Amino acid sequence: MVGGREVKLFGMWASPAVRRVEWALKLKGIEYEYIEEDISNKSTDLVKYNPINKQVPVLLHHGKPIIESLVIIEYIDEVWKHNPILPKDPYERAMARFWATYSEDKCRSAAREVFFAEGEKRVKAIKCLEETLRALDEELQGKKFFGGENIGFSDLVLGWMAFWLGVSEEVASFEVLDPNKFPWFTSWIDSFLKVPAIKENLPPRDKTVEFFHSYRRLHLAAPKC
Amino acid sequence: MENTLAGIKLFGSWASSYTHRVQLVLKLKGLDFEYVEEELTNKSPSLLLYNPVYKKVPVLLHLDRPIVESVIILQYIDETWTDRPIMPADPYERALARFWCYFADDKLGPAVGAVFGSAGEDQKAAVAQVHENLKLVETELREGAFKGRRFFGGDAIGILDIVLGCGSYWLAVFDEVMEVKLVDPEAFPLFHAWLREFEEQEEVKEIIPAIDRLLEYARGIRQMMLGLKDASTTPATTAATTTTTTDNSSVVVESAGSV
Repeated sequence: MVGGREVKLFGMWASPAVRRVEWALKLKGIEYEYIEEDISNKSTDLVKYNPINKQVPVLLHHGKPIIESLVIIEYIDEVWKHNPILPKDPYERAMARFWATYSEDKCRSAAREVFFAEGEKRVKAIKCLEETLRALDEELQGKKFFGGENIGFSDLVLGWMAFWLGVSEEVASFEVLDPNKFPWFTSWIDSFLKVPAIKENLPPRDKTVEFFHSYRRLHLAAPKC
Repeated sequence: MENTLAGIKLFGSWASSYTHRVQLVLKLKGLDFEYVEEELTNKSPSLLLYNPVYKKVPVLLHLDRPIVESVIILQYIDETWTDRPIMPADPYERALARFWCYFADDKLGPAVGAVFGSAGEDQKAAVAQVHENLKLVETELREGAFKGRRFFGGDAIGILDIVLGCGSYWLAVFDEVMEVKLVDPEAFPLFHAWLREFEEQEEVKEIIPAIDRLLEYARGIRQMMLGLKDASTTPATTAATTTTTTDNSSVVVESAGSV
C-alpha cells in the first residue's frame, strides 16, 4: 500500500469526476483519506485549496493541491508509476488524451443537453448524443476497452457513461444505449463495470437516481437566463 | 518540397493562435515541417479526413498519423522529440502547467471570444468575466505558483507560455478594434510584463503575424458577427452559443483561439 496520510481527496459521492480519480487511486492501490464535501456548503479547506472554481475533485498530495480530474489522473500516473494508466508510446498517449478530451468536450455537453432539454430541442439533442456514441462505438471495434486489453486513461475518463448515462436515461426518460445500434459500446459498458476497481467504487444506484431527479427538477424550475 | 527526416506535416491557418502554438514549438525544437494553409470557410478534404471529429486546425500529421487538439499536439511533440522540453520535469509542476492550459482554453479563451462576439451591455459583462479570469492568473504570478518567474516555464518559455501567449496578442487587437481594455497594465502589471517578454522572444516574433494583418482580419470578422447578431435572437455570450452559431463565428473563435 502506498500513499496513506499524504494523499487526501475532496469529493462528492454522486460526482463522476470524483469517481474517476478514485478509480485511478484504487487501480494503483494508493491509500487516501476521503473528505466528503457538501456542495451547498463548501468547506473552508476546499475553498482554500481550490480558490479558482471551488469544485471537487481536489487531490492533496503532501499538502499541495491538484485540480481538474484529468490533470489529477495524469499526476497520479506520473507519481506512482506501477500499473500504468497512460500508455508509453507518444502516439498512443495522444490518442488516449484525445478520447478523454472528446468525453469532456462532446459527450458530456451532448448528454447534458438531452438531460435538460424538452420537446423539439430534446429530439435534436438526442441525435447529437447518438453521434458521439457512434464515434465511440467505432473506436472500440475489435477492442475490449479503449485502452486495449486493460482499462486505461480513456476508459477512466469515459467511465461516467457506463453508469451515469444510464441514470440520466432513467431520470429524464430517454433511451440511447441501444445494443443493436452500439454493440461495441454497450459491450464495453458491461466489461468496464465488471473491473473490480470500478465495480467496488460506484455510488448506490437508487440514491444516485434520486439525486439526479432533484438536480433536474431544480434546474428546470430555475428562471431561464 | 519533400518531407524532411522528421516527417511532419501541419495543417493550419495563418490567423489561428492554436496553429501558432504548434508552429512555435516546432521552431523551438528546430524541427522542419511541411505546412498546409487551410481556408477556414472552405476546409480541404484532407483536413476533414484527418480530423473528422472536430474538423479544425491545427492537425499534425506525423508518420502519416494525425494528431489533433493543440495541447495534445504540443505534448505529443514534446514526448517524441525530447530536446528543448516544454513541459517541466517535476510531476507537480506538470500538473500546474496542464491545469492552467485547461484554464486558458476552457475559461479565458471562451471569455475573450464572448467579448469579441458581443456589444453593449452584454460586452460589458463579457469584459468583466475576462478580468475575473486574468485576475486569477495575475494572482498566481504575484503570490502563487508562478511567483517571481520570468516565464510560466521558468527562465525559458514552456508549454503554458506557448498556450497563453499564442492568443494573448489578440487582446491588443481587440483593444483596438472594439475599444475595450482587456489587459490594463495597471490592473494586471505582471501579466502585461510577461506578455511583453514573451512577444520579444525571437521565435515568437517569427511566428506571430504582423499586427496590421491581424487588425484587418479582426475588423472584418467583427463586422460580420455584429451583422449576424442583429439577425439572431440570442446573444452570443456563452461558449456553447459561439460554437453553435454560424460558421463565421466559429471561424473567428477558431482564429482567436477561443474554443
